[in-house]
Amino acid sequence: MHDLDRRRFLALSAAGIGAAATAGLPAVASAADASPFKPEKGATLQLLRWTGFVKNDDIIWAENTKKFTAATGVPVQIQSLSWPDVTPKAALAAQVGSGPDIIMGWNDDPFVYPDKLVDMTDLAEYMGKNHGGYYDAARSYCYDPDVKRWVSFPIGVTGNSLVYRKSWAKDAGFAEFPKDLDGMLKLARGLKKAGHPCGFSLGHAVGDANSWTHWVLWSFGGKQANPDNSIAINSPETANALEYAKALYETMIEGVSGWLDPSNNQAFLAGQCGLTMNGISIWYVAKDQFPAIYPDIAHAVPSYGPSKQRTTLNNFSSAFIFKYSKYPQAAKEYLRFMLDSAQAGEWVTGMRGYVTPALKQYGDLPVWTSDPQITPYRDVLLSAKFDGFNGRPGKPAAQALDEFVVVDMFADACVNKMAVKDAMRKAETRLSAIYKRA
Amino acid sequence: MQRSPLLARLDSPRVLGYVLIAPAAIILIGLLAYPLLLGVWLSLTSATLGNPGTFVGLQNYATIFADPTFRGAAFYSGFYTFFAEAGKLVLGLALALILNRPFRGQRAARALMLLPWVAPTVLSALAWLWLLDPQFSALSWLLIRLHLIKSNIDFLGHAWNARWALIVVNIWRGLPYFAIGYLAGLQSISKDLYEAAAIDGASGWQAFRRITWPLLMPITTILVAFSSIFTLTDFQLIWTITRGGPTDATQVFTTLAYQRAITGGQLGEGAAIAVSPIVLMVILAFFVVRSVRER
Repeated sequence: MHDLDRRRFLALSAAGIGAAATAGLPAVASAADASPFKPEKGATLQLLRWTGFVKNDDIIWAENTKKFTAATGVPVQIQSLSWPDVTPKAALAAQVGSGPDIIMGWNDDPFVYPDKLVDMTDLAEYMGKNHGGYYDAARSYCYDPDVKRWVSFPIGVTGNSLVYRKSWAKDAGFAEFPKDLDGMLKLARGLKKAGHPCGFSLGHAVGDANSWTHWVLWSFGGKQANPDNSIAINSPETANALEYAKALYETMIEGVSGWLDPSNNQAFLAGQCGLTMNGISIWYVAKDQFPAIYPDIAHAVPSYGPSKQRTTLNNFSSAFIFKYSKYPQAAKEYLRFMLDSAQAGEWVTGMRGYVTPALKQYGDLPVWTSDPQITPYRDVLLSAKFDGFNGRPGKPAAQALDEFVVVDMFADACVNKMAVKDAMRKAETRLSAIYKRA
Repeated sequence: MQRSPLLARLDSPRVLGYVLIAPAAIILIGLLAYPLLLGVWLSLTSATLGNPGTFVGLQNYATIFADPTFRGAAFYSGFYTFFAEAGKLVLGLALALILNRPFRGQRAARALMLLPWVAPTVLSALAWLWLLDPQFSALSWLLIRLHLIKSNIDFLGHAWNARWALIVVNIWRGLPYFAIGYLAGLQSISKDLYEAAAIDGASGWQAFRRITWPLLMPITTILVAFSSIFTLTDFQLIWTITRGGPTDATQVFTTLAYQRAITGGQLGEGAAIAVSPIVLMVILAFFVVRSVRER
């Protein structure tokens, strides 16, 4: 059936009829034919993914899915959930052995149930070879050294950068964003003095609180664990990171210890906060809905600390296929198709860089340099580390992140006024218990 | 016409009794007893997501009782339940007493009273999240306008503020359950008793203390027992508003069990956390049943 459609499209294109409407489809079909992944006869797919953070995400993903169905004849049903709800839904699928064929999950999800997942080595290696390879963090989250195979296919990250108001920073004496953390603290003090405090979540905000606390921890050389997964949080480096955070906390807006993920976006867009860490969504939303402040919003790559390394923790998404799926080849072909140049380029460009793909080739897309405010998000994976660093990604690292151990350590020191050594010791005890039971 | 042997057997009250009770028994066993027993079994194993694990006896319980986060969650579960129930009881009774008196718009008031209870929990939790927001709280705005405070209250950013805020939200949500229950109870009390008390010269307070409250005790027992169980197992309100934060100050049994079992994959330990309040509930139910029997 799809062969007939393809011939029809080719004929229509040759006749020059409807060229605009069908642009790219013959190429799409040819690419599908050339793929090493041949969908099973009668295949149908169900995909569970996160609801787009920006509106073009879902729209373009759905359009590309239709192109896949047109090219292969495989219908795909997409189910979208709020991003923190995908992990429990994936866990349920793993437990009952039934559910969506493909799940676009987060961070260490595939390491929680690697035995339940289809080997993705062929797809991961094929795509890596054809699209410039992967960033290190992608491999860390998708290749399981215990079972020695790719258990998941890297999609990309919703990257984090520093988001600030240019004019307010300039008023505080900073025409350029400070490159190091000492400079950033001076900027934060200046902003606070001028009535534009910074705001970094110290509540149980899954994305925002984890991202900035890990960034500061790593910037000072602190780490959760050693490569053999022994606990390493209680260290002079962590103590320095906490002392820095305490000083930064003094410059923050009231209430950050109760902030959940939407809170910093709301405070920033309402003009109550002059500096935060976030994905590109604040700028993206401002472009459409807050034209008055949009030109004043700027992004900066996270400042570096004494470790002299730029580091970030980003929400990493990868796609995995459960063994219960009857159509693993169709599922692989779908993922290959969706992350192939034509579709991925359109998707990333349409989102104005909200997702930074794990395949290095997509760093060359013109969208990244189309606006200087998008460029910092291109580079987030260059410096990205994985949760549990410098231990191994996996169940204990995932649980530590879920239980906000690092976030709570910072909150204990900053908000609860716990002595730094006590906050570290508490985190160490919690981590020891988590790594022991996992 | 000869009846089939099967139908003939139904003439026996014993057989018919079993047949009639069968649907209820199947529902109870399938939907209540089986999941409960499965939870208890899981709590005695090392099960993780996708792995049935092995029998480990009481090891998961030993682990959680040694865990300060669990002890904190147990403390706040009890604290949350006790004060939320106390608030709902007092305010629910007061509301019922008001609504039991005839006044204009009484029917509309009774209908409005039910709104917090019928609204989906997540929606009302989101509305409260806005009301308690550190930057955009309407409550803080109102108090500032009334010159009662000078700056926004950080309702959710400090441990005790967040704990009390969640209790207030729970009281708001569960108040109609108590009010409607007490209203039904008040309407079942014979007016003759009040007339007799008035003839004997009893004051309003004496009538309440000697007639109303004693006659409301059975309904109070039922309301408190059921509501305590709902409150002790509350999840949506807390998860939506604080996710157990700040720094685990508002973790309760359910949020911690969810975190450990579902997102963390430790089914055995999560099950142990979820099962542990059952002991508390059985003790509570024992005292409730005993008090009813004594009366």
